[in-house]
Amino acid sequence: MAAPPSTATPLLKDELDIVIPTIRNLDFLEMWRPFFQPYHLIIVQDGDPSKTIKVPDGFDYELYNRNDINKILGPKASCISFKDSACRCFGYMVSKKKYIFTIDDDCFVAKDPSGKQINALEQHIKNLLSPSTPFFFNTLYDPFREGADYVRGYPFSLREGVPTAVSHGLWLNIPDYDAPTQLVKPLERNTRFVDAVLTIPKGTLFPMCGMNLAFDRDLIGPAMYFGLMGDGQPIGRYDDMWAGWCVKVTCDHLGLGVKTGLPYIWHSKASNPFVNLKKEYNGIFWQEEIIPFFQSVSLPKDCTTVQKCYVELAKLVKEKLGKVDPYFVKLGDAMVTWIEAWDELNPAGGSAKRPNGTA
Amino acid sequence: MSQTNIGDDEVDIVIGALHADLTSFLNEWRPLFSRFHLIIVKDPDLKEELKIPEGFNLHVYTKSDIDRVVGLSSTAINFSGYSCRYFGYLVSRKKYIFSVDDDCIPAKDNKGLSVDAVDQHITNLATPATPFFFNTLYDPFCKGADFVRGYPFSLRSGVTCALSCGLWLNLADHDAPTQALKPGHRNSRYVDAVLTVPAGALMPVSGVNIAFNRELAGPALFPGLRLAAEGKLRWETVEDIWCGLCVKVICDHLGHGVKTGLPYVWRNDRGNAIESLKKEWEGVKLMEEVVPFFQSVRLSQAAVTTEDCMLEIVALVKERLAALDPVFARAAQAMADWIKLWKAVGSGSGSGSSPSNG
Repeated sequence: MAAPPSTATPLLKDELDIVIPTIRNLDFLEMWRPFFQPYHLIIVQDGDPSKTIKVPDGFDYELYNRNDINKILGPKASCISFKDSACRCFGYMVSKKKYIFTIDDDCFVAKDPSGKQINALEQHIKNLLSPSTPFFFNTLYDPFREGADYVRGYPFSLREGVPTAVSHGLWLNIPDYDAPTQLVKPLERNTRFVDAVLTIPKGTLFPMCGMNLAFDRDLIGPAMYFGLMGDGQPIGRYDDMWAGWCVKVTCDHLGLGVKTGLPYIWHSKASNPFVNLKKEYNGIFWQEEIIPFFQSVSLPKDCTTVQKCYVELAKLVKEKLGKVDPYFVKLGDAMVTWIEAWDELNPAGGSAKRPNGTA
Repeated sequence: MSQTNIGDDEVDIVIGALHADLTSFLNEWRPLFSRFHLIIVKDPDLKEELKIPEGFNLHVYTKSDIDRVVGLSSTAINFSGYSCRYFGYLVSRKKYIFSVDDDCIPAKDNKGLSVDAVDQHITNLATPATPFFFNTLYDPFCKGADFVRGYPFSLRSGVTCALSCGLWLNLADHDAPTQALKPGHRNSRYVDAVLTVPAGALMPVSGVNIAFNRELAGPALFPGLRLAAEGKLRWETVEDIWCGLCVKVICDHLGHGVKTGLPYVWRNDRGNAIESLKKEWEGVKLMEEVVPFFQSVRLSQAAVTTEDCMLEIVALVKERLAALDPVFARAAQAMADWIKLWKAVGSGSGSGSSPSNG
């Protein structure tokens, strides 16, 4: 059965870190202040480390620039991207909290159709704290939301659901389109507020956008590597996509859930489509090989932790995608380096095991 | 593939009449129905004469028509109750069908505007479905939406949508135990989205508000699973859940799509969930076997039409479910008879004008 009538959503202020990659400034935090101030921030400063990023007063934070990343990880720092927001995953690695919420510095508070400001963080927490339902699709969407429930025909044995590992939020205003679509439709804005949260079914892949994303670090953290992008790499703007495919395959294998839908944030900045096209160019072609690869991946039964799944994935990436381009061999190696670094920084408590009793 | 144009003359609206007096129902739907051809099938158990208001282009089928067409060809097929509408699917000669329960009326959207459910279903069927990769902005063919970053380009043309499943405001289609526990619970959330149910994912299809491509889904939409105490309230049936699972498994195999979401209809309050629960809980119990069964169905490469796929499912039902409960053995027989009947009476459409789009 679905959840009982709502009680206040827990703040989780000591259990959740907000990870923000930035290269410019953090002015956008002023708008989020009422919602973010109780939380600890992890700022990952990309680009020139000699530049000082001013954090608005009153926030509790730690900030890492490239020098810090190199110092902390030593040679393993090679797995963290430079000149790309993919560097944010360093923040996931150094966090000591159970939950992560990550948001881009050009994302603001959105309003719902009634004009009320949306507390995105609260909705993500609701999503993560209630089960997912990946084994059978509920046509009324998330049955654990207030005012919803399972529909006729939904087997009772599947109604307990599974733990939710990821909450993928959406964006109003500037939609997250690829460069070709941006070039064809530069003026399109997403104005449709879809009042739904839903679980992405097991076996289904999706394009995970890192702009407005929350996850349970204990359950899936080690799989949230955002890959090798940006400076010195043949590809960009596929960091979150790569993480999303690895995460979904791992979640499907371990019996964890991924939700998408609410909350919305307001995406204010349209990036330059010509710059984007250069970054995405290889990705557009490689994707055609990458997707069938992930769709056909089968992880062995003895991969019972996220790290084991991920190391196995890294092996398969090198084996199967290495023929597409040598980049994937480098990426596979970086994936292993990432896990090594993760385990070094997160001894004992870091590994996520298969939850008991899941299908 | 591009958007198909669906003409009004390619659509039949099929209504199963479980109530004799259809006056207020049809008058409520008149602005949306009047330009289409209607097929009304009277529940063979209904004794009174049907009351139908003037001004519609329609055909009415009753028990005598059903007996005449089905004749002695099957003792297993039963068109009474909610199953009566499927007779309408059988005799229709159109390419597309919209069906809604006779206790539903048009809904209003979030802005208070009346929802044209027929038009939305037609749009859903006319635009491609995208079952192979999930689009986070939902239906990319909707105005104001598109495929998001990361969506493979080779998958953007989509596939034909075979089934469009709509939703309900007010009395949602929950089962009896769920509704009985929350008797005051009504669905007031209007979710402004259509999405494709991904390939490999199964779902419970509610027959309350659906539309489909008759050529692709018709042979599979058959209420094979009749409960022992099958009743005249949705809480007392699972026939639509059963055939919806058949359709989804077959669509996944043949590469067609199933959409869910808009349009909404307004479902009137009717019946008492607790009474239904006392009378009929078998459906809830059977789902525990039915869902794992369909999740495990694998169709062969040789099954290239919906009819072929149905026959393979019949064989699997006989092999794996029949021993668990006689209701499954009867379902298998009824489904096999239905395919024969469909081949004899049902296949082909009369709308010559547009060739069927692949």
